[in-house]
Amino acid sequence: MKAWIAFWNILAKDFRAYYLKPPNISWGIIFPLAWTGMFFIRSGAGLDSVPTLLPGVIAVSILFGTTSLLSVTVTFEKKGRSFERLLLAPIPLEVLMLAKTAGAILFGVANAFVPVAMAAFLMDFSRVNWATLIPAIVLIAVSSTFLGLFIAVSVSEVFEAQTFSNFFRFPMLFLCGLFFPIAQLPVWLRPLSYVLPLTYGADVLHGSIHRAPYLPLVLDFGMLASFCILLFAFSLRNVRRKWIV
Amino acid sequence: MSVDTKTAIEVRGLAKRFGDVEAVAGIDFDVRDGELFGFLGPNGAGKSTTINVLIGLARSDAGTIRIGGIDCSTNPKAAQHLMGVVPDESNLYPELTGFENLCFCGALYGMARRDRESRARDLLEQFGLTEAGGRKFGGYSKGMKRKLTIAAGIIHSPPILFMDEPTTGIDVASARQIRQLVAELNRGGTTIFLTTHYIEEAERLCQRIGFIVKGRIVRTDTVQDLMRRTDGRHVVQFAVSSGAARLCESIAAEFPALQCQAVSDTAVRVESPEPVRIGPLVRSIEDSGAEVTEARKLQPSLEDVFVEITGIEAGVMKQEREKAKMGGGA
Repeated sequence: MKAWIAFWNILAKDFRAYYLKPPNISWGIIFPLAWTGMFFIRSGAGLDSVPTLLPGVIAVSILFGTTSLLSVTVTFEKKGRSFERLLLAPIPLEVLMLAKTAGAILFGVANAFVPVAMAAFLMDFSRVNWATLIPAIVLIAVSSTFLGLFIAVSVSEVFEAQTFSNFFRFPMLFLCGLFFPIAQLPVWLRPLSYVLPLTYGADVLHGSIHRAPYLPLVLDFGMLASFCILLFAFSLRNVRRKWIV
Repeated sequence: MSVDTKTAIEVRGLAKRFGDVEAVAGIDFDVRDGELFGFLGPNGAGKSTTINVLIGLARSDAGTIRIGGIDCSTNPKAAQHLMGVVPDESNLYPELTGFENLCFCGALYGMARRDRESRARDLLEQFGLTEAGGRKFGGYSKGMKRKLTIAAGIIHSPPILFMDEPTTGIDVASARQIRQLVAELNRGGTTIFLTTHYIEEAERLCQRIGFIVKGRIVRTDTVQDLMRRTDGRHVVQFAVSSGAARLCESIAAEFPALQCQAVSDTAVRVESPEPVRIGPLVRSIEDSGAEVTEARKLQPSLEDVFVEITGIEAGVMKQEREKAKMGGGA
Protein backbone atom coordinates (compact mmCIF):
# COMPACT_ATOMS: atom_id res chain seq x y z
CA MET A 1 0.00 0.00 0.00
CA LYS A 2 2.78 2.40 0.99
CA ALA A 3 4.66 1.65 -2.24
CA TRP A 4 1.53 2.58 -4.20
CA ILE A 5 1.33 5.97 -2.46
CA ALA A 6 4.84 6.58 -3.76
CA PHE A 7 3.87 5.20 -7.20
CA TRP A 8 0.92 7.55 -7.64
CA ASN A 9 2.81 10.55 -6.38
CA ILE A 10 5.80 9.93 -8.68
CA LEU A 11 3.38 9.59 -11.60
CA ALA A 12 1.44 12.73 -10.60
CA LYS A 13 4.69 14.67 -10.08
CA ASP A 14 5.99 13.67 -13.53
CA PHE A 15 2.72 14.73 -15.15
CA ARG A 16 2.90 18.11 -13.47
CA ALA A 17 6.61 18.58 -13.99
CA TYR A 18 6.95 17.25 -17.54
CA TYR A 19 4.00 15.83 -19.44
CA LEU A 20 1.45 18.57 -18.76
CA LYS A 21 3.88 21.41 -19.45
CA PRO A 22 2.57 23.54 -22.36
CA PRO A 23 5.59 22.81 -24.63
CA ASN A 24 5.13 19.06 -24.20
CA ILE A 25 1.35 19.21 -24.69
CA SER A 26 1.76 21.24 -27.85
CA TRP A 27 4.59 18.98 -29.03
CA GLY A 28 2.49 15.91 -28.22
CA ILE A 29 -0.35 17.24 -30.40
CA ILE A 30 1.50 19.14 -33.13
CA PHE A 31 4.07 16.43 -33.81
CA PRO A 32 1.52 13.68 -34.60
CA LEU A 33 -0.62 16.21 -36.49
CA ALA A 34 2.35 17.21 -38.64
CA TRP A 35 3.31 13.57 -39.35
CA THR A 36 -0.29 12.71 -40.17
CA GLY A 37 -0.84 15.70 -42.44
CA MET A 38 2.52 15.18 -44.14
CA PHE A 39 1.90 11.50 -44.95
CA PHE A 40 -1.71 11.99 -46.01
CA ILE A 41 -0.84 14.84 -48.35
CA ARG A 42 2.45 13.35 -49.63
CA SER A 43 0.89 9.96 -50.51
CA GLY A 44 -1.12 11.62 -53.27
CA ALA A 45 -3.52 8.69 -53.34
CA GLY A 46 -6.44 10.62 -51.92
CA LEU A 47 -8.60 9.52 -49.05
CA ASP A 48 -8.19 5.85 -50.01
CA SER A 49 -4.65 5.95 -48.67
CA VAL A 50 -5.71 7.04 -45.17
CA PRO A 51 -6.31 3.51 -43.74
CA THR A 52 -2.97 2.26 -45.05
CA LEU A 53 -1.07 5.27 -43.69
CA LEU A 54 -2.81 5.47 -40.32
CA PRO A 55 -0.90 2.55 -38.66
CA GLY A 56 2.38 4.23 -39.61
CA VAL A 57 1.54 7.62 -38.16
CA ILE A 58 0.10 6.05 -35.00
CA ALA A 59 3.33 4.12 -34.47
CA VAL A 60 5.54 7.14 -35.26
CA SER A 61 3.58 9.30 -32.81
CA ILE A 62 3.92 6.76 -30.01
CA LEU A 63 7.55 5.93 -30.70
CA PHE A 64 8.79 9.52 -30.83
CA GLY A 65 6.53 10.77 -28.03
CA THR A 66 7.55 8.12 -25.50
CA THR A 67 11.24 7.70 -26.26
CA SER A 68 11.92 11.44 -26.49
CA LEU A 69 10.26 12.39 -23.24
CA LEU A 70 11.24 9.45 -21.09
CA SER A 71 14.87 9.30 -22.10
CA VAL A 72 15.22 13.04 -21.53
CA THR A 73 13.33 13.28 -18.24
CA VAL A 74 15.13 10.36 -16.63
CA THR A 75 18.53 11.59 -17.85
CA PHE A 76 17.67 15.11 -16.66
CA GLU A 77 16.76 13.87 -13.17
CA LYS A 78 19.83 11.65 -13.03
CA LYS A 79 22.05 14.57 -14.00
CA GLY A 80 20.37 16.91 -11.46
CA ARG A 81 20.69 14.15 -8.83
CA SER A 82 16.98 14.30 -7.98
CA PHE A 83 16.78 10.70 -9.17
CA GLU A 84 18.91 9.78 -6.13
CA ARG A 85 16.00 10.90 -3.98
CA LEU A 86 13.83 8.27 -5.67
CA LEU A 87 16.48 5.59 -5.30
CA LEU A 88 16.63 6.34 -1.56
CA ALA A 89 12.88 5.81 -1.14
CA PRO A 90 12.00 2.55 0.62
CA ILE A 91 10.12 1.17 -2.37
CA PRO A 92 11.13 -1.70 -4.67
CA LEU A 93 13.10 -0.58 -7.72
CA GLU A 94 10.51 -2.26 -9.96
CA VAL A 95 7.71 -0.07 -8.53
CA LEU A 96 9.89 3.03 -8.82
CA MET A 97 10.74 2.41 -12.48
CA LEU A 98 7.13 1.52 -13.33
CA ALA A 99 6.06 4.81 -11.75
CA LYS A 100 8.70 6.71 -13.77
CA THR A 101 7.57 5.04 -17.01
CA ALA A 102 3.79 5.11 -16.45
CA GLY A 103 3.57 8.79 -17.36
CA ALA A 104 5.38 8.26 -20.68
CA ILE A 105 3.18 5.26 -21.48
CA LEU A 106 0.03 7.32 -20.96
CA PHE A 107 1.56 10.18 -22.95
CA GLY A 108 2.32 7.75 -25.81
CA VAL A 109 -1.22 6.35 -25.78
CA ALA A 110 -2.64 9.89 -25.85
CA ASN A 111 -0.30 10.74 -28.76
CA ALA A 112 -1.59 7.71 -30.68
CA PHE A 113 -5.11 9.06 -30.62
CA VAL A 114 -4.18 12.37 -32.28
CA PRO A 115 -3.87 10.78 -35.77
CA VAL A 116 -6.82 8.49 -34.99
CA ALA A 117 -8.95 11.56 -34.20
CA MET A 118 -7.77 13.26 -37.40
CA ALA A 119 -8.46 10.15 -39.50
CA ALA A 120 -11.97 9.93 -38.03
CA PHE A 121 -12.93 12.75 -40.38
CA LEU A 122 -11.33 11.12 -43.41
CA MET A 123 -12.08 7.38 -43.26
CA ASP A 124 -14.71 4.86 -42.31
CA PHE A 125 -13.97 3.41 -38.86
CA SER A 126 -16.68 0.75 -38.99
CA ARG A 127 -14.16 -1.89 -40.13
CA VAL A 128 -11.57 -1.04 -37.50
CA ASN A 129 -11.05 -3.81 -34.95
CA TRP A 130 -10.80 -1.82 -31.70
CA ALA A 131 -10.36 -4.99 -29.64
CA THR A 132 -6.93 -5.50 -31.17
CA LEU A 133 -6.09 -1.86 -31.99
CA ILE A 134 -6.26 -0.54 -28.42
CA PRO A 135 -4.18 -3.32 -26.81
CA ALA A 136 -1.67 -2.92 -29.65
CA ILE A 137 -1.42 0.84 -29.04
CA VAL A 138 -0.90 0.23 -25.31
CA LEU A 139 1.75 -2.45 -25.88
CA ILE A 140 3.58 -0.34 -28.46
CA ALA A 141 3.54 2.55 -25.95
CA VAL A 142 4.89 0.27 -23.21
CA SER A 143 7.64 -1.23 -25.37
CA SER A 144 8.65 2.19 -26.76
CA THR A 145 8.72 3.66 -23.24
CA PHE A 146 10.89 0.80 -22.00
CA LEU A 147 13.14 1.36 -25.01
CA GLY A 148 13.37 5.00 -23.86
CA LEU A 149 14.20 3.77 -20.36
CA PHE A 150 16.87 1.46 -21.73
CA ILE A 151 18.37 4.46 -23.58
CA ALA A 152 18.10 6.72 -20.50
CA VAL A 153 20.01 4.33 -18.27
CA SER A 154 22.67 3.79 -20.91
CA VAL A 155 23.74 7.44 -21.25
CA SER A 156 24.64 10.25 -18.88
CA GLU A 157 23.87 13.41 -20.84
CA VAL A 158 20.52 14.67 -22.15
CA PHE A 159 21.90 15.27 -25.67
CA GLU A 160 23.33 11.72 -25.72
CA ALA A 161 19.85 10.42 -24.94
CA GLN A 162 18.43 12.14 -28.02
CA THR A 163 21.25 10.95 -30.29
CA PHE A 164 21.07 7.41 -28.96
CA SER A 165 17.25 7.42 -29.36
CA ASN A 166 17.57 8.23 -33.06
CA PHE A 167 20.02 5.39 -33.46
CA PHE A 168 17.10 3.06 -32.62
CA ARG A 169 14.10 5.01 -33.87
CA PHE A 170 14.86 5.70 -37.50
CA PRO A 171 16.12 2.21 -38.51
CA MET A 172 13.14 0.77 -36.63
CA LEU A 173 10.67 2.93 -38.60
CA PHE A 174 12.01 1.79 -41.95
CA LEU A 175 12.53 -1.85 -41.07
CA CYS A 176 9.33 -2.66 -39.18
CA GLY A 177 6.97 -2.89 -42.14
CA LEU A 178 5.03 0.28 -41.38
CA PHE A 179 5.77 2.07 -44.62
CA PHE A 180 7.32 -0.70 -46.75
CA PRO A 181 6.24 -4.32 -46.43
CA ILE A 182 9.00 -6.45 -44.93
CA ALA A 183 8.75 -8.72 -47.96
CA GLN A 184 10.05 -5.84 -50.11
CA LEU A 185 13.19 -5.38 -48.01
CA PRO A 186 16.48 -6.96 -49.13
CA VAL A 187 16.70 -10.55 -47.90
CA TRP A 188 19.68 -9.81 -45.65
CA LEU A 189 17.75 -7.05 -43.84
CA ARG A 190 14.63 -9.05 -43.12
CA PRO A 191 15.96 -10.96 -40.07
CA LEU A 192 16.70 -7.58 -38.51
CA SER A 193 13.04 -6.61 -38.88
CA TYR A 194 12.00 -9.54 -36.73
CA VAL A 195 14.13 -8.45 -33.78
CA LEU A 196 12.34 -5.09 -33.58
CA PRO A 197 9.31 -4.76 -31.29
CA LEU A 198 7.63 -2.32 -33.68
CA THR A 199 7.47 -4.98 -36.42
CA TYR A 200 4.93 -6.92 -34.35
CA GLY A 201 3.12 -3.75 -33.29
CA ALA A 202 2.90 -2.54 -36.88
CA ASP A 203 1.49 -5.89 -37.99
CA VAL A 204 -1.34 -5.66 -35.42
CA LEU A 205 -2.00 -2.00 -36.32
CA HIS A 206 -2.27 -2.84 -40.04
CA GLY A 207 -4.36 -5.89 -39.18
CA SER A 208 -6.74 -3.86 -37.02
CA ILE A 209 -7.27 -1.05 -39.54
CA HIS A 210 -7.18 -2.20 -43.15
CA ARG A 211 -5.98 -5.74 -43.80
CA ALA A 212 -5.37 -9.11 -42.18
CA PRO A 213 -2.13 -9.31 -40.16
CA TYR A 214 0.75 -11.25 -41.74
CA LEU A 215 1.63 -12.96 -38.48
CA PRO A 216 -0.70 -14.72 -36.04
CA LEU A 217 -2.05 -12.20 -33.49
CA VAL A 218 -0.90 -14.41 -30.62
CA LEU A 219 2.64 -14.20 -31.94
CA ASP A 220 2.42 -10.41 -32.43
CA PHE A 221 1.10 -9.77 -28.92
CA GLY A 222 3.38 -12.40 -27.41
CA MET A 223 6.47 -10.84 -29.02
CA LEU A 224 5.41 -7.31 -27.99
CA ALA A 225 4.89 -8.48 -24.40
CA SER A 226 8.23 -10.30 -24.45
CA PHE A 227 10.04 -7.16 -25.67
CA CYS A 228 8.36 -5.16 -22.88
CA ILE A 229 9.54 -7.65 -20.24
CA LEU A 230 13.05 -7.93 -21.69
CA LEU A 231 13.59 -4.17 -22.06
CA PHE A 232 12.27 -3.50 -18.55
CA ALA A 233 14.38 -6.26 -17.01
CA PHE A 234 17.47 -5.08 -18.88
CA SER A 235 16.89 -1.48 -17.80
CA LEU A 236 16.48 -2.52 -14.14
CA ARG A 237 19.71 -4.50 -14.38
CA ASN A 238 21.46 -1.46 -15.81
CA VAL A 239 20.10 0.81 -13.06
CA ARG A 240 21.36 -1.62 -10.41
CA ARG A 241 24.75 -1.99 -12.10
CA LYS A 242 25.38 1.58 -13.20
CA TRP A 243 23.51 3.79 -10.75
CA ILE A 244 24.00 1.85 -7.53
CA VAL A 245 27.71 1.24 -8.09
CA MET B 1 9.30 4.81 14.44
CA SER B 2 12.17 4.11 16.83
CA VAL B 3 15.38 2.16 16.66
CA ASP B 4 15.29 -0.86 18.96
CA THR B 5 18.99 -1.28 19.55
CA LYS B 6 21.46 0.91 21.41
CA THR B 7 23.62 1.03 18.29
CA ALA B 8 21.96 2.99 15.53
CA ILE B 9 24.67 2.32 12.91
CA GLU B 10 27.12 -0.56 13.05
CA VAL B 11 29.83 -0.85 10.40
CA ARG B 12 32.30 -3.74 10.26
CA GLY B 13 35.08 -4.23 7.72
CA LEU B 14 33.46 -1.93 5.15
CA ALA B 15 35.53 -1.79 1.97
CA LYS B 16 34.97 -0.22 -1.42
CA ARG B 17 37.23 0.06 -4.45
CA PHE B 18 36.81 2.01 -7.68
CA GLY B 19 39.14 0.22 -10.07
CA ASP B 20 42.64 0.58 -8.65
CA VAL B 21 41.57 3.18 -6.10
CA GLU B 22 40.84 1.91 -2.61
CA ALA B 23 38.17 4.43 -1.55
CA VAL B 24 37.31 2.77 1.76
CA ALA B 25 39.69 0.22 3.26
CA GLY B 26 37.89 -2.05 5.70
CA ILE B 27 36.60 0.45 8.25
CA ASP B 28 34.79 -0.30 11.53
CA PHE B 29 32.74 2.08 13.61
CA ASP B 30 29.52 2.38 15.59
CA VAL B 31 27.14 5.28 15.99
CA ARG B 32 25.13 5.12 19.18
CA ASP B 33 21.41 5.69 19.36
CA GLY B 34 20.68 9.44 19.75
CA GLU B 35 24.26 10.45 19.05
CA LEU B 36 25.53 13.19 16.74
CA PHE B 37 28.52 11.54 15.13
CA GLY B 38 30.92 13.56 13.01
CA PHE B 39 32.82 11.94 10.16
CA LEU B 40 35.78 14.11 9.31
CA GLY B 41 38.38 13.97 6.64
CA PRO B 42 39.90 15.87 3.74
CA ASN B 43 38.47 15.67 0.23
CA GLY B 44 38.92 12.22 -1.25
CA ALA B 45 39.30 10.59 2.17
CA GLY B 46 36.30 8.30 1.61
CA LYS B 47 33.59 10.25 3.48
CA SER B 48 31.09 10.42 0.61
CA THR B 49 31.76 6.85 -0.49
CA THR B 50 31.10 5.66 3.06
CA ILE B 51 27.86 7.64 3.33
CA ASN B 52 26.71 6.42 -0.12
CA VAL B 53 27.26 2.81 0.89
CA LEU B 54 25.46 3.36 4.20
CA ILE B 55 22.38 4.89 2.59
CA GLY B 56 22.19 2.36 -0.24
CA LEU B 57 23.39 4.45 -3.19
CA ALA B 58 26.54 2.36 -3.55
CA ARG B 59 27.43 -1.27 -2.93
CA SER B 60 30.26 -2.31 -0.66
CA ASP B 61 32.88 -4.80 -1.79
CA ALA B 62 33.19 -6.25 1.70
CA GLY B 63 31.91 -5.80 5.22
CA THR B 64 28.59 -5.55 6.99
CA ILE B 65 26.34 -2.59 7.79
CA ARG B 66 23.48 -2.68 10.26
CA ILE B 67 21.16 0.31 10.45
CA GLY B 68 18.81 0.20 13.45
CA GLY B 69 19.65 -3.48 13.77
CA ILE B 70 18.71 -4.22 10.13
CA ASP B 71 21.32 -5.87 7.93
CA CYS B 72 21.60 -3.56 4.92
CA SER B 73 23.07 -6.21 2.64
CA THR B 74 20.00 -8.44 2.97
CA ASN B 75 17.27 -5.84 3.52
CA PRO B 76 18.37 -2.43 2.25
CA LYS B 77 14.84 -1.12 1.66
CA ALA B 78 13.77 -1.85 5.26
CA ALA B 79 16.82 0.07 6.46
CA GLN B 80 15.91 2.98 4.18
CA HIS B 81 12.62 3.33 6.10
CA LEU B 82 14.65 4.23 9.19
CA MET B 83 16.87 6.83 7.59
CA GLY B 84 16.61 10.32 6.29
CA VAL B 85 19.25 11.65 3.93
CA VAL B 86 20.44 15.19 3.36
CA PRO B 87 22.79 15.04 0.36
CA ASP B 88 25.68 17.42 -0.21
CA GLU B 89 23.71 19.09 -3.03
CA SER B 90 20.17 20.44 -2.79
CA ASN B 91 18.53 17.97 -5.16
CA LEU B 92 14.83 18.75 -4.86
CA TYR B 93 12.63 19.52 -7.86
CA PRO B 94 13.04 23.10 -9.12
CA GLU B 95 9.61 23.16 -10.80
CA LEU B 96 7.74 22.23 -7.59
CA THR B 97 7.08 24.63 -4.73
CA GLY B 98 8.72 24.14 -1.35
CA PHE B 99 5.48 22.74 0.07
CA GLU B 100 4.98 20.39 -2.90
CA ASN B 101 8.55 19.16 -2.64
CA LEU B 102 8.09 18.27 1.02
CA CYS B 103 4.75 16.55 0.35
CA PHE B 104 6.30 14.60 -2.52
CA CYS B 105 9.18 13.44 -0.33
CA GLY B 106 6.68 12.39 2.35
CA ALA B 107 4.76 10.38 -0.25
CA LEU B 108 7.95 8.53 -1.19
CA TYR B 109 7.94 7.17 2.36
CA GLY B 110 4.28 6.15 2.11
CA MET B 111 2.88 8.98 4.25
CA ALA B 112 -0.85 9.58 3.85
CA ARG B 113 -1.84 12.90 2.25
CA ARG B 114 -3.17 14.51 5.45
CA ASP B 115 -0.09 13.49 7.46
CA ARG B 116 2.42 14.71 4.91
CA GLU B 117 0.67 18.03 4.35
CA SER B 118 0.44 18.73 8.05
CA ARG B 119 4.08 17.72 8.60
CA ALA B 120 5.19 19.82 5.61
CA ARG B 121 3.48 22.90 7.08
CA ASP B 122 5.11 22.27 10.47
CA LEU B 123 8.54 21.89 8.91
CA LEU B 124 8.19 25.02 6.79
CA GLU B 125 7.38 26.90 9.96
CA GLN B 126 10.21 25.29 11.95
CA PHE B 127 12.72 26.16 9.22
CA GLY B 128 11.44 29.70 8.75
CA LEU B 129 10.20 28.98 5.22
CA THR B 130 6.44 29.41 5.63
CA GLU B 131 6.29 32.39 3.30
CA ALA B 132 8.53 30.75 0.72
CA GLY B 133 6.57 27.48 0.87
CA GLY B 134 4.34 28.48 -2.04
CA ARG B 135 7.24 29.54 -4.26
CA LYS B 136 9.08 27.28 -6.69
CA PHE B 137 12.21 25.65 -5.27
CA GLY B 138 14.22 26.75 -8.32
CA GLY B 139 13.89 30.38 -7.19
CA TYR B 140 15.20 29.82 -3.64
CA SER B 141 18.53 31.18 -2.39
CA LYS B 142 21.28 28.64 -1.62
CA GLY B 143 20.61 28.87 2.12
CA MET B 144 16.86 28.36 1.67
CA LYS B 145 17.54 25.41 -0.63
CA ARG B 146 19.75 23.77 2.01
CA LYS B 147 17.12 24.31 4.69
CA LEU B 148 14.36 22.81 2.54
CA THR B 149 16.63 19.89 1.63
CA ILE B 150 17.13 19.21 5.34
CA ALA B 151 13.37 19.49 5.92
CA ALA B 152 12.81 16.99 3.07
CA GLY B 153 15.26 14.61 4.74
CA ILE B 154 13.24 14.57 7.96
CA ILE B 155 9.69 14.78 6.54
CA HIS B 156 9.04 11.17 7.61
CA SER B 157 10.56 11.73 11.08
CA PRO B 158 13.41 9.24 10.62
CA PRO B 159 15.23 8.10 13.75
CA ILE B 160 18.55 8.23 11.87
CA LEU B 161 19.65 11.13 9.70
CA PHE B 162 22.61 11.18 7.31
CA MET B 163 23.89 14.66 6.50
CA ASP B 164 26.60 15.13 3.90
CA GLU B 165 28.37 18.49 4.23
CA PRO B 166 25.20 20.36 5.24
CA THR B 167 26.78 23.82 5.45
CA THR B 168 29.18 23.73 2.52
CA GLY B 169 28.80 26.56 0.03
CA ILE B 170 26.22 28.66 1.86
CA ASP B 171 26.41 32.04 3.56
CA VAL B 172 27.53 32.42 7.16
CA ALA B 173 24.09 33.32 8.56
CA SER B 174 22.38 30.34 6.90
CA ALA B 175 25.17 28.00 7.99
CA ARG B 176 24.72 29.19 11.57
CA GLN B 177 20.96 28.63 11.36
CA ILE B 178 21.47 25.15 9.93
CA ARG B 179 23.89 24.23 12.71
CA GLN B 180 21.24 25.31 15.23
CA LEU B 181 18.63 23.18 13.46
CA VAL B 182 20.97 20.17 13.44
CA ALA B 183 21.61 20.58 17.16
CA GLU B 184 17.85 20.87 17.81
CA LEU B 185 17.12 17.74 15.81
CA ASN B 186 19.71 15.84 17.80
CA ARG B 187 18.31 17.15 21.09
CA GLY B 188 14.94 15.83 19.90
CA GLY B 189 16.43 12.32 19.79
CA THR B 190 17.48 11.94 16.14
CA THR B 191 20.72 10.06 15.60
CA ILE B 192 22.80 12.10 13.17
CA PHE B 193 25.70 10.96 11.03
CA LEU B 194 27.35 14.14 9.81
CA THR B 195 30.16 14.35 7.30
CA THR B 196 32.01 17.61 7.12
CA HIS B 197 35.43 19.04 6.53
CA TYR B 198 34.70 22.04 8.76
CA ILE B 199 36.52 20.97 11.89
CA GLU B 200 35.07 23.82 13.97
CA GLU B 201 31.57 22.70 12.96
CA ALA B 202 32.23 19.15 14.11
CA GLU B 203 33.83 20.43 17.34
CA ARG B 204 30.77 22.55 18.08
CA LEU B 205 28.07 20.02 17.18
CA CYS B 206 29.29 16.46 17.55
CA GLN B 207 29.52 14.25 20.58
CA ARG B 208 31.92 11.82 18.92
CA ILE B 209 34.10 12.15 15.87
CA GLY B 210 35.70 9.66 13.51
CA PHE B 211 38.67 10.84 11.46
CA ILE B 212 39.01 9.20 8.06
CA VAL B 213 42.12 9.58 5.93
CA LYS B 214 42.82 7.72 2.67
CA GLY B 215 39.91 5.35 3.30
CA ARG B 216 41.01 4.41 6.81
CA ILE B 217 39.59 5.53 10.14
CA VAL B 218 42.57 6.78 12.07
CA ARG B 219 40.76 7.68 15.29
CA THR B 220 37.24 7.67 16.75
CA ASP B 221 36.64 9.38 20.06
CA THR B 222 34.52 11.86 21.98
CA VAL B 223 35.35 15.52 21.39
CA GLN B 224 36.39 15.86 25.06
CA ASP B 225 38.81 12.93 24.83
CA LEU B 226 40.23 14.21 21.58
CA MET B 227 40.74 17.67 23.06
CA ARG B 228 42.51 16.13 26.05
CA ARG B 229 45.46 15.55 23.74
CA THR B 230 45.96 19.30 23.68
CA ASP B 231 46.00 19.69 27.48
CA GLY B 232 49.21 21.34 28.67
CA ARG B 233 50.08 22.65 25.21
CA HIS B 234 50.82 26.31 24.72
CA VAL B 235 50.53 28.03 21.37
CA VAL B 236 51.45 31.58 20.42
CA GLN B 237 51.04 33.09 16.98
CA PHE B 238 53.10 36.07 15.84
CA ALA B 239 52.09 38.38 13.01
CA VAL B 240 55.32 39.49 11.33
CA SER B 241 56.16 41.87 8.49
CA SER B 242 57.55 39.14 6.18
CA GLY B 243 59.83 36.09 5.83
CA ALA B 244 58.03 33.76 8.25
CA ALA B 245 59.80 30.65 6.92
CA ARG B 246 63.27 32.19 7.44
CA LEU B 247 62.24 33.39 10.92
CA CYS B 248 61.13 29.87 11.86
CA GLU B 249 64.58 28.53 11.02
CA SER B 250 66.28 31.10 13.24
CA ILE B 251 63.77 30.51 16.12
CA ALA B 252 64.31 26.76 15.87
CA ALA B 253 68.08 27.29 16.09
CA GLU B 254 67.85 29.67 19.03
CA PHE B 255 65.03 27.91 20.96
CA PRO B 256 65.32 24.17 20.25
CA ALA B 257 62.60 23.30 22.81
CA LEU B 258 59.97 25.15 20.77
CA GLN B 259 58.12 23.86 17.73
CA CYS B 260 57.85 26.55 15.10
CA GLN B 261 55.76 26.65 11.97
CA ALA B 262 55.29 29.31 9.27
CA VAL B 263 51.50 29.52 8.85
CA SER B 264 51.90 32.00 6.00
CA ASP B 265 54.60 34.43 4.89
CA THR B 266 53.50 36.84 7.64
CA ALA B 267 52.49 34.46 10.45
CA VAL B 268 54.65 32.32 12.71
CA ARG B 269 53.15 29.78 15.09
CA VAL B 270 55.12 28.57 18.10
CA GLU B 271 54.14 25.57 20.24
CA SER B 272 55.58 24.34 23.49
CA PRO B 273 54.67 21.99 26.36
CA GLU B 274 55.77 24.84 28.69
CA PRO B 275 54.31 28.37 28.82
CA VAL B 276 55.88 30.41 25.99
CA ARG B 277 57.87 33.50 27.02
CA ILE B 278 56.97 36.08 24.43
CA GLY B 279 59.64 38.76 25.12
CA PRO B 280 62.73 36.76 24.06
CA LEU B 281 60.91 35.53 20.97
CA VAL B 282 59.89 39.04 19.89
CA ARG B 283 63.49 40.21 20.38
CA SER B 284 64.79 37.25 18.36
CA ILE B 285 62.41 37.97 15.51
CA GLU B 286 63.25 41.68 15.49
CA ASP B 287 66.98 40.89 15.63
CA SER B 288 66.43 38.87 12.47
CA GLY B 289 65.23 42.01 10.72
CA ALA B 290 61.45 41.49 10.83
CA GLU B 291 58.83 43.54 12.63
CA VAL B 292 56.33 41.92 15.03
CA THR B 293 52.91 43.54 14.71
CA GLU B 294 50.97 41.18 16.98
CA ALA B 295 51.52 38.28 19.38
CA ARG B 296 48.46 36.22 20.28
CA LYS B 297 48.03 33.24 22.61
CA LEU B 298 45.90 30.60 20.88
CA GLN B 299 43.65 28.01 22.46
CA PRO B 300 44.56 24.64 20.93
CA SER B 301 41.66 23.45 18.78
CA LEU B 302 40.30 20.24 17.33
CA GLU B 303 42.10 21.22 14.14
CA ASP B 304 45.40 20.81 16.01
CA VAL B 305 44.29 17.38 17.15
CA PHE B 306 43.27 16.52 13.59
CA VAL B 307 46.64 17.62 12.25
CA GLU B 308 48.44 15.66 14.94
CA ILE B 309 46.42 12.47 14.44
CA THR B 310 46.20 12.46 10.68
CA GLY B 311 49.52 14.03 9.82
CA ILE B 312 47.72 16.24 7.33
CA GLU B 313 49.13 19.73 7.25
CA ALA B 314 46.83 22.45 8.57
CA GLY B 315 47.41 24.25 5.26
CA VAL B 316 45.74 21.43 3.33
CA MET B 317 42.63 21.66 5.46
CA LYS B 318 42.69 25.44 5.16
CA GLN B 319 42.87 25.22 1.38
CA GLU B 320 39.90 22.86 1.37
CA ARG B 321 37.91 25.14 3.63
CA GLU B 322 38.66 28.08 1.36
CA LYS B 323 37.70 26.08 -1.73
CA ALA B 324 34.40 25.25 -0.05
CA LYS B 325 33.90 28.85 0.95
CA MET B 326 34.01 29.96 -2.68
CA GLY B 327 30.22 29.72 -2.70
CA GLY B 328 29.73 31.45 0.67
CA GLY B 329 31.22 29.70 3.64
CA ALA B 330 30.35 28.25 6.93
